[in-house]
Amino acid sequence: MHILQANHLVKTYTQRSGRFGFGSTQVKALNDVSISLKAGTTLAVVGESGSGKSTLARCLLQLQPLDSGEVIFGGQNLAKLDSVNLRSARRELQMVFQDPFASLNPRMKVGEIVTEGLLIHGLGSKQEQHEKALAILKRVGLSADDMQKYPHQFSGGQRQRIGIARALVLQPKVVVCDEPVSALDVSIQAQILILLKELQAELALSYIFISHDLRVVRHIADDIVVMHQGKIVEQGVVQEVYANPHHAYTKNLLDAIPGRAHAMVA
Amino acid sequence: MNTTVNSDINTVILSVKNLTVAPKNAPNRHLVNNASFQLAAGKTTCIVGESGSGKSLTALSMMGLLSSQLQAKGSINFKNQELTGLSNKALQSIRGKQIGMIFQEPMTSLNPVLTVGYQIGEPLTTHLGLKGKLLKDRIAALLTQVGIPVERANSYPDELSGGQRQRVMIAMSIACEPALLIADEPTTALDVTVQAQVLQLLDTLKTRMNMAMLFITHDFGVVADIADDVVVMFRGEIVESGSVKVVLENPQHPYTKALLACVPDAAGLKPLKPIDYAWLENTVLNEKAA
Repeated sequence: MHILQANHLVKTYTQRSGRFGFGSTQVKALNDVSISLKAGTTLAVVGESGSGKSTLARCLLQLQPLDSGEVIFGGQNLAKLDSVNLRSARRELQMVFQDPFASLNPRMKVGEIVTEGLLIHGLGSKQEQHEKALAILKRVGLSADDMQKYPHQFSGGQRQRIGIARALVLQPKVVVCDEPVSALDVSIQAQILILLKELQAELALSYIFISHDLRVVRHIADDIVVMHQGKIVEQGVVQEVYANPHHAYTKNLLDAIPGRAHAMVA
Repeated sequence: MNTTVNSDINTVILSVKNLTVAPKNAPNRHLVNNASFQLAAGKTTCIVGESGSGKSLTALSMMGLLSSQLQAKGSINFKNQELTGLSNKALQSIRGKQIGMIFQEPMTSLNPVLTVGYQIGEPLTTHLGLKGKLLKDRIAALLTQVGIPVERANSYPDELSGGQRQRVMIAMSIACEPALLIADEPTTALDVTVQAQVLQLLDTLKTRMNMAMLFITHDFGVVADIADDVVVMFRGEIVESGSVKVVLENPQHPYTKALLACVPDAAGLKPLKPIDYAWLENTVLNEKAA
């Protein structure tokens, strides 16, 4: 059963070029990209900078308009929805961002950040909203006291926990995680990866996991899509793609994993 | 890449003894505490640790580049010359000439309004007094050595990719054939395939020039690829050091073991285990007491 499906996505950026930026060139960030996410699983989208993986994440949520293509979620094509319907559809399609320093409003308390989504979607009374926010904050490892604090009072790992709570308080079905652990120390990274896996099992979540780190992907994903210059060059089950990559670019990526030749860390 | 076959493998280039770094206004808050290690010619030593472990401060104090708010104590002996307490002027004649440096983000280290050829030439003019044709030839040779087409000498940094910029930084840092190269997370900002190429380049240069290389990283995968020796830092202290084989395959300190246990492996065989810091602190304190 597929919970989210994207068909033939195309997104073109116009980039200034030439020495003084008078010229312009078209960059195809997404060039006929199609993916499908099975319910309750994690689909990793991997690629290097400029591959289009983050554009894909943003286009799935319609944070950026597509040139063409459709995103089927909950029986609707998100690309065709008006803003009111899109907003209500997004309750079940949430995002966790890469930089926990840039993605939390520094002027809002953690309690406000986590309840904001409930407020916007008009879910529950004030009391219920507070209780829901508290419950999810506790689940991700924070406390009731933390609700009164501001984001700058937390470490990077704790902020990423806040970002996860903010997304999950709306009880989404699909969470798009855009490089959620790449700004974190390796021990904190392990904590967050384990937390994401636990939450997936408890809440029957499906993840789209954008990453450049093939070691992390191996641990979290079921399926993988490899992107290169706006196109999908390879896709399949993680174990199979790692064991037997078909495309030359996938082989390059796998060979470049640091420490791969050494038993202890590979 | 760990096969170093050098006759003078044990030539110590730099020896750090009891290095302590603390803020000037809080001299008892040791950001680096009593660190001692040695770097040998033709060998790569990796300092590995998490953010805040003191690995970058250690490197900066070796170059005399600490913030003016901080003070380093202890001994840093570079080729029989004591670096601590040297005047800025004396340090300038060593930095860039006998000690090369590369940092994480090449774009912030390069001057955007000067061509890369000019910037590679700067240390050659300053330290060696090269001019004219000799200078031009040397710049071309350096570009070739780091794998950049010679005509790129006339390009500006923004016209190069991230990997090429880091190659330019490497060309600058090795221009005067330093005895020691300090690289602070030089591949962290690069894509993984580019990272592999840059690591290979650094390793080749190290061997060819018989340099000592101090390589700061948080990535054990990179350590396994490039290091001969490893120094593990935790909260300002060196908790373990030794050859890469011993430290990675048979770690002794609980922190090294814990840190290795949370590195994801590409085969996906090993369950991830985050560090239990409370347990770790207890263990470390007990060990100290014992």
